[in-house]
Amino acid sequence: MTAEFGLAALWLAAALAVLQCALATLGLARGRAEAFGAVRAAAVVQGALVAAAMAALIACFLASDMSVALVATNSHSMKPWLYKLAGAWGNHEGSMLLWVTILGLAGGAVARFERRLAERTLMATLGAQAAIALGFYAFLLFASNPFARLDPAPADGAGLNPLLQDPGLAFHPPTLYAGYVGLSVAFSFAVGALVTRDVGPVFARAMRPWVLIAWTFLTLGITAGSYWAYYELGWGGWWFWDPVENASLMPWLAATALLHSVSVLATRDGLRAWTVMLAVVAFSMSMLGTFLVRSGILTSVHAFAVDPARGSFILALLVLYIGAALVLFALRIGTVRQGTPFDPLSREGSLVANNLLLTVILGIVLIGTFYPIVAAAFGTQLSVGPPFFDSTAGPVALLLVAVMAAGPLMRWRREDGEALLQRMTWPIAATLAAGAGVFVLAGPIRPLPLAGIALAAGLAVASLAPLARRNLRRAPLFLYGMVVAHLGIAVSLAGMAASTAFTRETLAAVGAGEPVRVAGYSVTLDGVRPVIGDNWTALEARLSVLDDDGARFVLRPQVRYFTDPVTSTNESAIATLAGGQLYTVLGAMGEDGRWQLRLWWKPFVTLIWLGGALIALGGILSLVGHVLRERRQRRPVASEVPA
Amino acid sequence: MIAALLLAAATPNLAYTQLRDPAQEADARALMESIRCLVCQGQSIADSDADIAGEMRALVRGRIAAGQTPRQVRDWLVARYGAYVTYDPPLGWATAPLWLAPVALLALGAWVARGSFRRRGR
Amino acid sequence: MRRWLLWLPLCAFGVIVAVVAWGLYRPADRTVYSRLVGQPLPDFTLAPMVQGKPGVSSADFRQGTPRLLNVFASWCVPCIAEAPHLMTLKAAGVPIDAVAINDKPDAVTRFLRRNGDPYARIGDDRHSRLQLALGSSGVPETFVIDARGRIVKQHVGDIRAEDVPILLQTLAAAK
Repeated sequence: MTAEFGLAALWLAAALAVLQCALATLGLARGRAEAFGAVRAAAVVQGALVAAAMAALIACFLASDMSVALVATNSHSMKPWLYKLAGAWGNHEGSMLLWVTILGLAGGAVARFERRLAERTLMATLGAQAAIALGFYAFLLFASNPFARLDPAPADGAGLNPLLQDPGLAFHPPTLYAGYVGLSVAFSFAVGALVTRDVGPVFARAMRPWVLIAWTFLTLGITAGSYWAYYELGWGGWWFWDPVENASLMPWLAATALLHSVSVLATRDGLRAWTVMLAVVAFSMSMLGTFLVRSGILTSVHAFAVDPARGSFILALLVLYIGAALVLFALRIGTVRQGTPFDPLSREGSLVANNLLLTVILGIVLIGTFYPIVAAAFGTQLSVGPPFFDSTAGPVALLLVAVMAAGPLMRWRREDGEALLQRMTWPIAATLAAGAGVFVLAGPIRPLPLAGIALAAGLAVASLAPLARRNLRRAPLFLYGMVVAHLGIAVSLAGMAASTAFTRETLAAVGAGEPVRVAGYSVTLDGVRPVIGDNWTALEARLSVLDDDGARFVLRPQVRYFTDPVTSTNESAIATLAGGQLYTVLGAMGEDGRWQLRLWWKPFVTLIWLGGALIALGGILSLVGHVLRERRQRRPVASEVPA
Repeated sequence: MIAALLLAAATPNLAYTQLRDPAQEADARALMESIRCLVCQGQSIADSDADIAGEMRALVRGRIAAGQTPRQVRDWLVARYGAYVTYDPPLGWATAPLWLAPVALLALGAWVARGSFRRRGR
Repeated sequence: MRRWLLWLPLCAFGVIVAVVAWGLYRPADRTVYSRLVGQPLPDFTLAPMVQGKPGVSSADFRQGTPRLLNVFASWCVPCIAEAPHLMTLKAAGVPIDAVAINDKPDAVTRFLRRNGDPYARIGDDRHSRLQLALGSSGVPETFVIDARGRIVKQHVGDIRAEDVPILLQTLAAAK
């Protein structure tokens, strides 16, 4: 029953999306204002219906209803409840339903809460949003029905990929999808504004919260995904420049650029065409990312639920939406009035540099990711990986960090070079001091990590500078948002550079009782014993760790064996200590009865994800700050002229 | 050459044992991170549990220990498996557009940005 | 804004879609082939793997007859599947030498007893050294070596019934 209810809700939601799209088109074409109310209502109801469909699917998974094909192929009644829940989106159909659910809810929220935008522009926006949703409804209903039944129902399910049986799955995909969908809202706003030629500060302010939400979720999603891969894959890496990772990085880069250009448009009425362009690019990157993950056209460690036929559908949607938006852009943007002029050396100028560099990094990642396909088309088999991305995107990113340090210290419109240099005294001093300090203490290390550590120090100081000599209690919340986010970048960069430069590795085959050393730790294998878990069995090593100051603790890395389906995974055991993490992995037993141990000391590695969390916190502060300020401003003067 | 390699097989398993000389181990480690595992789904041999990745690690360490440069080892592998085996695409006609792309993108971006400054700057 | 510049994003998007569509509809062969096809077999000498059968060395392939070099292992499942076809080739008079990858004498002996023994010689390649030197990336693989010791063909994966005539043809041409 639950499955049928879900399917019915999904069909109804699709019907409402048709209605919403048609009414918006009609309302705009005929200039009928009464359509507006109906479009709004349709968007809200559509959101509620699709959410009900998602709830129905989750209910099927929690109840382990094996007569539903999706549950039978992706779940198992013996699984812990968290993985039953996460199993609802740990597969193709469910994740598409989750995507469209978030899309529907976001559309409903826009319809319900957006009050600034001109009616016509909002109507066009909701029309575009419905058109996007419609494509995904069609995909679900005609090509990948999540509620299809099996007759007869199997006795039990096939289970979930063991690598995915992790709390990470419950968190990671929904976060990324929320980010992707937030960008779809920004895209709809951009299309709406193009349709009515209404590109200006009001549009920018209406779009900004959505960009901030999307960006915050993407940041969280990437950070969580990186940590998940770090502890799950068992080799201590946290970023592999894998196609699937790049697929999530590209929308983030575009969203970061958009976030900054939208604030130029909102406060200074500049970069109009560019902001619209970025909104289109950002959404196209999230669709391209979805395509990349689903189609399996590139091999990836993280690939799951790959199917080329589904790739075709997403590709068709991509061509349709993005192609149409880009044609609209080329035709319309020329008629949009130019924004306010500014000097190259100014806050706006630095934001243009930020956008330029972010876009270049995006381009490098895009080209590097797809280049093997191009080469294969010409008959050459090649791989593009970390050495390429590090040596090309790395330096550009460091340049961006320098711009990031200076930008917030510049004035709008025009900046004086000498005055800027004076304001930059402390950040520059910090950069030089950190660079020299590392060089003296640690000796020569590779140039990229060295520059990373030095610039991270400079950025950390510079990011706090906007708060200097201000009344901290009266500084606006969104300023705190920027400060925290930039500080987060500095923290994360420091973690990446330091862990890259100073990681210590020990590989050893040991018998029980033989100590091995890694950095300042002595690790002894006490023994290996079998343990039994919810739906796995494992060999677990007991490692006694003694640090040079005499403190002791125990780590228990495992090799887990799953039966549904048959696989094994390495479960690393990680100790988070003051200066970094001790990362231990149990390998195979050799013929001589000794066990392989892989031990790493990764100094400051936690800063990478701590920084990520700070960046996301900055996004939240900024979001709350902007929303509060808009509310305060709206009350006295009705939404007339933007301040 | 092969005979030397077969002799090396008698020494401890270099797939899971570091070289004694830290400088050589660092070279080997950097190279292993840039060599693609042949049977995995997009992992370097430094990050893979596959048997053949282990044998390739042993080969890399063995050759570095025998005094070869990382470049020689990489070229030896590329001569057998093609450019597929390295994550660091060797510069050539087929990869020139890839390596030039970052510079071209920076130039294009700077040109677009400069154009809009000048016109607006007046 | 220059007019033509406005169409640039659409053009770039078109290129991306073309690339992606190519990858989707004309998926490239992801098999990694050896670059040594067409070149002489590298020099090597492998110790015997099982009792009563000699080991393999590169000199064995320069005796004036084309031979097959089969890369196999007793722990490899597709190797069992290709065993009958190797027997067919042997029956057709094809000399077949083998390298056993990461294997033990007992296991190989058992494997041969169960699945038939098509091999003239079996070399012990305990750490995949020869396998890597050949540019081979898995088991089973079969190399066709011509009368002068040149690699003329690499067959990746198990030999199926339909591959047998092709291999015989290649061998006949390699005299």
